Amino acid sequence: MNALELLWLIPLLPFAGAAVNGILVRNSQKGLATAVGIGAPGLSLLVALAALWQYSTTRPGETIQQAVYVWTTGGFSVDIAFRLDPLSAVMTFVVTLVGFLIHVYSVGYMGHEPGYRRFFAFMNLFMGAMLLLVLGANYLVMFVGWEGVGLCSYLLIGFYFEEEFPPYAGKKAFVVNRIGDFAFLVGLFALFATFGTLDFAGIEAQVLADPASATAPYVFGFSVAGFVTLCLFIGAVGKSAQIPLYVWLPDAMAGPTPVSALIHAATMVTAGVYMVARSNILYQLAPEISTVVAVVGAATAIFAATIGLAQNDIKKVLAYSTVSQLGYMFLAAGVGAYVAAIFHLATHAFFKALLFLGSGSVIHAMGGEQDMRKMGGLRRHLPWTYRTFLVGTLAISGVPLLAGFFSKDAILAGAWERSPALWAIGLVTAGLTACYMLRAVLMTFFGKFRGTKEQAHHLHESPAVMTVPLGILAVGAVVAGYAGKIPFTHLDWLGGFFAPVIAVIPGHEAQAGHHGLALEALLVSASIAAAGIGLLVAWRIWGRNRGLDGGSAWAARFPRIHHLLENKYFVDEIYDRIVVRPLAAIARACWKVVDILIIDGALHVGAFVTEMTGDLGRFSTTGNVRNYALYFFAGVLILFWWMIF
Amino acid sequence: MSSEFTALLLGDSITRWVFFPTLAAIPLLFMRRAPTAAIKWYGLVVSLIELFFLVTFALAHWDGAGMVVKDPVFSWIELPGLAIVYEVGIDGISLPLVLLTGLLLPIVLLGSWKGIERHWSGYVLSMLLLTTGILGALVALDLFLFYVFWEVMLIPMYLIIGIWGGERRIYAAVKFFLFTMAGSLLMLIAILWMGWTYGQLAGTWSFRYEDLLLLDLPLAHQTWLFAAFALAFAIKVPMFPFHTWLPDAHVEAPTGGSVILAGILLKLGTYGFLRFALPFFPHAADRLAPWLLVLAVVGIIYGALVAWVQVDLKKLVAYSSIAHLGFVMLGIVACNLVAWQGALLQMVNHGLSTGALFLMVGMLYDRRHTKKFEDFGGLAKVIPWFAIFFVFSALASVGLPALNGFVGEFLILLGSYQAGYRWFTVIATSGVILAAVYLLKMVQETLWGPLTKEENRHLPDLSAREVAALLPLCAFMLWIGVAPKPFLEPSRPALAAVLESYRDRLAGPIADQPTLAISAPGQARVPTFLAASARRESTGPQP
Repeated sequence: MNALELLWLIPLLPFAGAAVNGILVRNSQKGLATAVGIGAPGLSLLVALAALWQYSTTRPGETIQQAVYVWTTGGFSVDIAFRLDPLSAVMTFVVTLVGFLIHVYSVGYMGHEPGYRRFFAFMNLFMGAMLLLVLGANYLVMFVGWEGVGLCSYLLIGFYFEEEFPPYAGKKAFVVNRIGDFAFLVGLFALFATFGTLDFAGIEAQVLADPASATAPYVFGFSVAGFVTLCLFIGAVGKSAQIPLYVWLPDAMAGPTPVSALIHAATMVTAGVYMVARSNILYQLAPEISTVVAVVGAATAIFAATIGLAQNDIKKVLAYSTVSQLGYMFLAAGVGAYVAAIFHLATHAFFKALLFLGSGSVIHAMGGEQDMRKMGGLRRHLPWTYRTFLVGTLAISGVPLLAGFFSKDAILAGAWERSPALWAIGLVTAGLTACYMLRAVLMTFFGKFRGTKEQAHHLHESPAVMTVPLGILAVGAVVAGYAGKIPFTHLDWLGGFFAPVIAVIPGHEAQAGHHGLALEALLVSASIAAAGIGLLVAWRIWGRNRGLDGGSAWAARFPRIHHLLENKYFVDEIYDRIVVRPLAAIARACWKVVDILIIDGALHVGAFVTEMTGDLGRFSTTGNVRNYALYFFAGVLILFWWMIF
Repeated sequence: MSSEFTALLLGDSITRWVFFPTLAAIPLLFMRRAPTAAIKWYGLVVSLIELFFLVTFALAHWDGAGMVVKDPVFSWIELPGLAIVYEVGIDGISLPLVLLTGLLLPIVLLGSWKGIERHWSGYVLSMLLLTTGILGALVALDLFLFYVFWEVMLIPMYLIIGIWGGERRIYAAVKFFLFTMAGSLLMLIAILWMGWTYGQLAGTWSFRYEDLLLLDLPLAHQTWLFAAFALAFAIKVPMFPFHTWLPDAHVEAPTGGSVILAGILLKLGTYGFLRFALPFFPHAADRLAPWLLVLAVVGIIYGALVAWVQVDLKKLVAYSSIAHLGFVMLGIVACNLVAWQGALLQMVNHGLSTGALFLMVGMLYDRRHTKKFEDFGGLAKVIPWFAIFFVFSALASVGLPALNGFVGEFLILLGSYQAGYRWFTVIATSGVILAAVYLLKMVQETLWGPLTKEENRHLPDLSAREVAALLPLCAFMLWIGVAPKPFLEPSRPALAAVLESYRDRLAGPIADQPTLAISAPGQARVPTFLAASARRESTGPQP
């Protein structure tokens, strides 16, 4: 059987799993719910692996397009179609593999939840939507998946809907994402109005045939490509939690931890990076917007990293870390290092999923406690969680020979080519990353246990169904880096594989970045030094069994800065003051003043006048015959007067 | 006349399914003492037979390329110099709304099962008469006949709000009646004026749609006439600032009344623009388009903002209708095939999703006798199936891809952008953010959070009857969202033909004085829908 013709099954299987678990299975049938919930993404993974194997062995680099059915015809005609090319291949691999492992982990983590079946239904729904997003052959299918994952994010953040905060956080995520989606939609309209199609291949063909069509002036001094890429990037800013729309992601941690790992670390939030890479032909033609992408990415990276330094909730640390790492990926995409962006996306999926699942294992053991100030010394009780978490930490910190080192290095090399300033920001961020991650490890796993006695009594390593996925992800966090560019060598499997995805536009060829060996050595040593310094600082402050004292001392030394960081620069509060509250006030004014006072008021005045006029008329119709006789007489007189004169 | 009419009633004709509800309402006059259950079931059976008629008619006359059917025309009122004909026909533009009406009628009766507590025979009677009025207005091809049906719709709705409504039902009913009446009187004058003008030019008065389409009027005439039609339709839609009757009508109307009101009645306004106001007066429509666009876009934003701050569940849904209909108006005024396809589909979509939401607000009201947000919260725990349907319908209303609302909105916005109204489109598109804001607020305050009210602790979940009312709606929401083509395709030829003749006329010169275009067969002036070559008559006696 030709697995390449079964692309449609890859998203369909999880959708079917969601439907079965959502509608047919009952809460009491836990075994069945597990079988369906794991089986659907498992089968999807198998189909994906078969298809990818066949693709990479028989037709590597080609674009395989598969139309399933016609969505609309007429003035706007579009197919529901799938596309397999190196970019979607890598994404599909990451999504199905990491997604499946997180599903398996969830069997253990969510085992005691009453909403177990519902959880798997939503998770499967998410897998389907995410695969639709990455496998779609046009922007419409991508957008369907794009909003679909947003919906699942909403449902899963608010999974504990009986509490106050999670549903609120879900709503916030959805609304903030919608701000991005609004721009995304406008971008699609402009694309369609210009090219008459939303098909990736169709747009690429037209742009390659006539690059001037995309660089023609459009609005506000933007070219077509500039306007479209700006709109798409705003969409990406919402979905991938960049400044200024990142505020939903930290709150999204209200969802169950596997959700954070799958949606808010490994897959959904990287959709924006994928979209930019997918649209690279347009971004290449819009250098000014690419610069915006790089600057926003770099700013987000360092901004979120500083907040991560002062958070005490283990999941919040990881959340800000995710925001920061996503900024890294946009930095890469903005400087034109699309391969590096996707490379980091893939390695990050492994180590960040690993870190989140590790934190889940900790939270599981702590009976739901997420505050690292109440943890400590857990390495003795959760040895496997500790080891794998440490691997993830070292990987994200950029310790040589682990995955993050290679992908981060690729990004920094790309940034250096475009602007040393961006490179410097990236370098500082790398140091901060190493620092806050080791801080989390030290606060959680080292020192003395600071929780309650009851918690101490219940501390236990998680079951195999949770630790095995941790182990597999840890292997990924080590080896995934060897797929990309390896410094000091010409080995770059990913770069070669990806070559067909990065459009080569006549007249816009990028200069090939061939660093001299000395420069390469300099860049690599700089990033190793940054990671080393970060780790060292963390060890000096929080290490050596100091517990919380070291951190408190630093906080006391810089109270203002600590206050600012701890409260996340008060961005949520600022948004509330300048956006939410004024808008609500306007809305209330529309209702109470315009609707009730002005429009209805005018009507009521009109009705009152009509009524008064009627009353006046009624006053004359008294029913008294003598009055009528008087009117009659007056009338006759007037008649006479008129006839005579 | 009567023999022709009777023959039509008995044959496989449009007339049959227009008047069947009225005929079926006659026995109700003698059933006032019958047990309520019998009346309920009678109404339900009648509505299902009506649905059967509609579906079989549509299938039988389906020719795969946009259906066009007319009943034979016959003279209705004959006076010296004045001939009013009975002329009805259906095409791809009216078909979706006709079928939606047929679908909603049984659902409305199911949804009223508990909420209506008295005078069931009168209630069913009103609903059936209302159905005839709606269907008649959708198929009438003579403007006099159209006006009669238009007013026939008004009275049953007035009664439904005024008799079975809430506390302020009289205020709401009168407000509804006066608003609608004010607009439609001006429309009547415009219709009469057009008939008279036609008489001046052709020798005999006529109100036939295809005759009046031949009128070429000076811009000043067009503008006044367009304004009169537009006002009547804008009040019905309703467009800002003629909308304040709507929230009152919805809040006071019983569940069934709200569903029909939002589901169908409002669409008569947008349908009127598409069928009459734009094709009759292309130059005026084109001149006034910016104003209508402003009102449409203001409606989208304004409706959404006001919906957001409501404290009453039903009022929130009512204001959301203003926003949704703003999208439809944007699509219609954009005069672009994609936008029109989207607008027509969105009329149906709104009927499905808002209809479902109103039904569910009614279901909550049946259980708790309140519609205030403060009395709810955390209901998902108690009534999970209700929660599923509620979230589903709300998401369809939000315009989530793979559900129906997205398809309509996307096509409307894409079309209006393509038509060159870029900035209107961008502002309108921001409505999708606000839709999420107010609809998720609605879901949040009803379903999520801790269960704080003791009274809510033991609410029964959806009954089989309620599921039967909601399931078809939700099934269509999903179907349209996943595979919209079968829903778009039947209307395309009709829309394309109307658009083409509209553009042709717009491109032509503006007359200095009223003149009558010479009608030649196949001329673009008369949309193919009316052209003799494309017309297929339903069985029945020839005039």
